[in-house]
Amino acid sequence: MTPVHPTRHLLRARDLIEARYRDPLDVGTLARAARLSPAHFSREFRRAFGETPHQYLLTRRMERAAALLRNTDRSVADVCFTVGLSSVGSFTTTFGRTFGMTPTAYRAANPPASSRARVPTCVLRAWGRPRSSTFGEDSRTQPH
Amino acid sequence: MLKITHVNVWVHDQDEALAFYTEKVGLELRDDVTLPELGGFRWVTVGPPAQPEIALALMAVPGAPVLDADTAAKLKEIVAKGAAGGVFFSTEDCQASYEELKGRGVEFTEEPSQRPYGVDAGFRDPSGNPHRIIQTTAA
Repeated sequence: MTPVHPTRHLLRARDLIEARYRDPLDVGTLARAARLSPAHFSREFRRAFGETPHQYLLTRRMERAAALLRNTDRSVADVCFTVGLSSVGSFTTTFGRTFGMTPTAYRAANPPASSRARVPTCVLRAWGRPRSSTFGEDSRTQPH
Repeated sequence: MLKITHVNVWVHDQDEALAFYTEKVGLELRDDVTLPELGGFRWVTVGPPAQPEIALALMAVPGAPVLDADTAAKLKEIVAKGAAGGVFFSTEDCQASYEELKGRGVEFTEEPSQRPYGVDAGFRDPSGNPHRIIQTTAA
């Protein structure tokens, strides 16, 4: 039987980041997934993927936060907590360093979420149809 | 070629459903937009982190003008009866997924069991929708 390639374990830790970036993940948890000691794990992860697990996790959270600022009408604080960060202050700082502007400015620089929402046309048609009761002339011809 | 982007899931309460699918099932929030011009229609979608192109649209059962009161009540009842249909999820390890979701309080209707096609378990969302978790046997 071919032994498992050592990087396969590191990939498991990276997959864990992708699946659980919304949870408070620490290096210990990730290292366990890779079956390595925390210090050894961070070094090996960087060797395999070119950045530390912390950087990988943080950039994934930034990417997801940017998507939520574009695709939802939730508050900045809510977006921050949704991607697994607990401090709005450090979220804003990291976001600014990553995208060159504050979360609020980023949202304002993109079209509003309501105009971007990929709501199917059938929904727009069904939900947008006015209630017939708003038309007085219909009342006499109602089928029931 | 046609691909799937969204699957409609009728739910009784969007907040409850959103918390369930993100916190217990492990899906991520994709869209959450309320459109005042559509009578407050709320577009909420969630999807598996590993599949950015597929999402579940968590749809509140609408009232007029979309559905008349009688139809809306019937639809809610059908969902509550578990007869509205569900989604098939796949996993590499059905037993592990079962234990993970069970540990978060998900209501299972069937424990993982061996089938001709693989290992299969069933759970419900808070509204009653029946979903399955399937670990397909390598062909």
